[in-house]
Parts: sequence; structure tokens; C-alpha cells
Amino acid sequence: MLRNTKKEWLIGYILVAPFVAIYGLIFVYPTIDMFLLSFQDAPLIGAGTYVGVDNYTRLPSDRRFDTAFWNTVYFVVLTVIPGTFVALGIAMGVTRLSGRIQSLVLALFFLPYILPVSVVYRIWDWTMNFQFGIAMHVLDTLGIDRVPVFQTSTWFMPAVAFVTIWWTCGFSVLLFLAGLRAIPQDIYEAASLDNTSGWRTFRHITWPLLWPITALVLTIQLILQLKIFDQVYLFSQGGRPNDNLVMVYYIFQRAFVNNQGGRAAAIAVVLFIMVIIIAALNFQLMRMSERRK
Amino acid sequence: MTPNTIKRINWAGGIVTVLTVVIAVIWAFPLYWGIISSLKPENEVVRPYIELWPDTLTFEHYWFALTETQIGTWYINSIVTSLGVTVLTVSTSMFAGYALSQLRFPGRTVLWWLILASFMVPTQVLIINHFVLMANMSLLNSWAGIILPQLIHPVIIIVYKQFFDQVPKDYREAAAMDNASEWNVLFKIYIPMNWGVTTALSIVTFIWAWNAFLWPFLAVTRTEMMTITVGITQVFDAFGVYYARQLSAAVLAGVPVALAYLLFQRRVTQAITLSAGIKG
Repeated sequence: MLRNTKKEWLIGYILVAPFVAIYGLIFVYPTIDMFLLSFQDAPLIGAGTYVGVDNYTRLPSDRRFDTAFWNTVYFVVLTVIPGTFVALGIAMGVTRLSGRIQSLVLALFFLPYILPVSVVYRIWDWTMNFQFGIAMHVLDTLGIDRVPVFQTSTWFMPAVAFVTIWWTCGFSVLLFLAGLRAIPQDIYEAASLDNTSGWRTFRHITWPLLWPITALVLTIQLILQLKIFDQVYLFSQGGRPNDNLVMVYYIFQRAFVNNQGGRAAAIAVVLFIMVIIIAALNFQLMRMSERRK
Repeated sequence: MTPNTIKRINWAGGIVTVLTVVIAVIWAFPLYWGIISSLKPENEVVRPYIELWPDTLTFEHYWFALTETQIGTWYINSIVTSLGVTVLTVSTSMFAGYALSQLRFPGRTVLWWLILASFMVPTQVLIINHFVLMANMSLLNSWAGIILPQLIHPVIIIVYKQFFDQVPKDYREAAAMDNASEWNVLFKIYIPMNWGVTTALSIVTFIWAWNAFLWPFLAVTRTEMMTITVGITQVFDAFGVYYARQLSAAVLAGVPVALAYLLFQRRVTQAITLSAGIKG
């Protein structure tokens, strides 16, 4: 078959052109711009002056940066591993069901994931409302004192983490279900012939075979939760935003509240590098575990 | 295996099954509670005890939200911008995915690596520069300004490339025999063969765009340009401290995506597992 190379090039370029144009404008240019801006003393909009690495060197002694960084780490700790285990538990339960019951139960677990963050916020703000929330009635019944969860710094992050797990868990459940379905049934049959207990079957068959999916879920969750903003911002309204800062929230505050584009860009670069390092590390780990097989 | 152990296993299995169903009901209960509260009169909502069904069922809050607030405008903004994001993202990714999968041209490998690399970049860090860019283009407070920065979804192009890679080469060769043009191969063979993926990806892109909060929140300051996800949480005087009213607005914002999911459950599930890199 003779290939008309010139023509193939032309068609190729025509097909990728719209994508490349959008990507250049919305992705490549802003990324470069972010790095450039981070070395300037600049307002959000308007010209700045070059200040070298000043925006970076002041970060270690910046109290708000400190809060934002450690809150992000705290939030990751509160959500990533617990959320993954909750999802695994749910998937193990759902996979036992079949037919209509299974799709109904799966829908109940998955529905929150499909909803906008504002809806999730409204529902939980109402459920945990200090005066009228149904969760407070439950606390009353249990004889525990009511807590204005989203107004206290101690409870804020755990509560938002809880809501986040509730909201996003359905996604991980789907991945685990796909992983469980891929495990050949005859392995389980062999195990049941050997009279292996449920826990041992899980420990020695399901868990190792499911590990690639578990690693995938953990990574996706980790990268997702580092970028958290929406929930923290919404639940902080009328609360104490400065105690609840996370990285993206701090970028937002510096840029859009304090009108300091340059300093905000430096924080953005730090978060950017954090995510890239984790993604790269994960990529290496995946490759190493591939090789071990 | 003794009959005794079979019984024990089934018994344990039964408990797990019942437990799963019970937890599923508790899991979804806040959703039910939100909806049911929005159907109660305001004075019933604040009663100091739990009522699982309203004494007086009322739609007054929905009526209020739809007639007294800008929710109708926000609906239109959400529909237009989400459709815009969906059509632009899916079509450009489809064409580029085809070129990357089937055609050879200089720069192809570089482009592919760029896409894979961008997969790792968190778009949240670009908010400052997106804002500056949109401001310079005078696109703040406009539909185009809401849509443009949301068009970075490298995963869609990756999924398309995978699917186009899997189309058997025989089709291409047969088409070449018939002297069919590249455009015919694309529009008559590759795209129709993958309608399923296109539907699935379009539905989830629409849901993602509908649910987007951070960027639409930054790009818009005028209330009449807000999307519904932003509007219902940012315009305080519209709803006041009326819990049932706020909840009715939330239900209105969630219904379109919830319906999209319930109607296309299988497609949504497929697209989501695909987007995580797992063959659905």
C-alpha cells in the first residue's frame, strides 16, 4: 500500500490543530506564565517587577503557608487511606450481591459522587447543623454533647474529610469492583475446596490480586486530595477560614483576596512540584512492582 | 468439606449481605433527608425531633426558588457552559486521538508525551494565570470565559487513542483498496464504530462540567452569569437563612446530573473506570 506521506502529514495536522491550539492557550502558556509570575512582585492583574526568589524564600516563615501546608497533609492523612479502605469494604459487600439488588445498592453508594460539591455542602451543612441537624439529634440520643463541627478548628478537618469520603468513595468502589470482577472465579473455587476460611481467602487471594487496583486508588486519591479546595472553602464560609487553609485555598486567598499574584504563583509552583513528585514516585513504584512479577 | 462449614460460611455471607444493604441505606440517607426537608414547610423543618415524612407536603420552596431567584438563569448558564465544554472537549480529543493513533506526522511523539505529562499537572495551580488570561481576553463574566479553562481533559484523548488503536487494521486496508479518503475512514468507520465510548465520555464530561466549582466561581462575579453550582452557595440574599429553601435550590442543582447518572448508569460506570485507566 502506497502512503501519500505529505497528505498524511497535512491531515494529521488539521486533526490535531484545534486540540493543540486550545492546549497551547489554556495549558502550556499558563504553566509557563505561572513560573514567570512566581519570580515577580506583581498584583493579580498588571505589571510586576522581578524580585528573584523572594516569593519563595519568605514561604518558610509564612504562618499562613505553614497552616495551609500542614492542613493539606492532615487532610490527605484523614482521607486517602481511610477512604480507600471504606471503598474496599463497600466493594467487597457489593460484589457478593447480584442482579437488581446489586445495581440498586451500588447506585446508593455511587450517587453522592455524581453530585456537585455545592449540593453535598448544603446537605451536610444541614445534616450537621448545630441547632436543627439530624446528626445532632443522634448525638443527643447517644448522650454526647452537640458540637458545631464546622465552626471549631478541632473538628473542621475531620468533618470535611468525612464528608469528602462520603462524597467521593463511589468512584473508588467502581474501580475496586472492576478489579474484583477480573479475579478468576476458579481460584476461589479451589480455595473453598481446600476449606480456606473467608479471612484467609481475602488475605492470601483477594488482597494480593487486588493490589494493583488498590495502589491505583491510593494514588488517584492522594493526588486528588492534595488539590482540595471546594469543600474546605464552602464549609469555611462564616467559620474560620484562616485556620482551615489548604494549599489551593491559600493560592486563592493570596491572589484573589490579597491581590498578590506573584506570591500566589510561588505557592502554586510549590503545589505543582508536590503533585509532580508524587506522580513520578508512583510511576517508578508501579514500574518496580511490574518488574518484580 | 463438611455440611457444617458450608452452613457457617453461608450464615456469615448472609450477615455481610444484609449489612451491605443496611449500610447502603444509611449511606444514602442524607440525600433522602435533604430532599424530604426541602418538601416541609419552614416551621416543620426546625422542629426539635426527627420526622421522616412531612406533616404537610409542600412545593412552596421550589416555587420560590424557580420564580423569586435567578435560578432559571443559572440553569441556562450551566446548561450552555456544560454543553460547550462537552462538545469542544470530546470533539477535539476525538480528532486528535485519531491522528495520534492512525497517522504518522512529525511532532506526533512530542505531542503524545505532552499529553501524558499534562495528565499529572493539577489544573488548580493554574487558576491565577487562567484568570489573568481570561481578563486580558475580556472573557470574565462570559460563557466563553467559563468554558475555555475547563477544556483540559487529557484522559479523554488517551481513552480515544486506546480505542482507535484497537480497531482492526483490516478496515483501514479495505478502505484504502476502495480508494476511500482519510476523512471517510474517520467519519464512516472509526467514529461510528466507537459511538459507545463517545456517548459514555460525553455524559461524564457533561457531569464534570456541571459540577465544576472552582473555576466558574472565579470567572464570574455578576450574579446573572453564575452557574447553578456557584449561584446556590454564593448568593446569600437570594435564599436567606431558610433551610428548606436552600435545600430546594440544592436539589434543583443536583437533579440533572443525578438523572443523567440514573438513566445512563452503565455508560457512566464505563466512562469512569476508563478514565482511571481500567478497561471497563
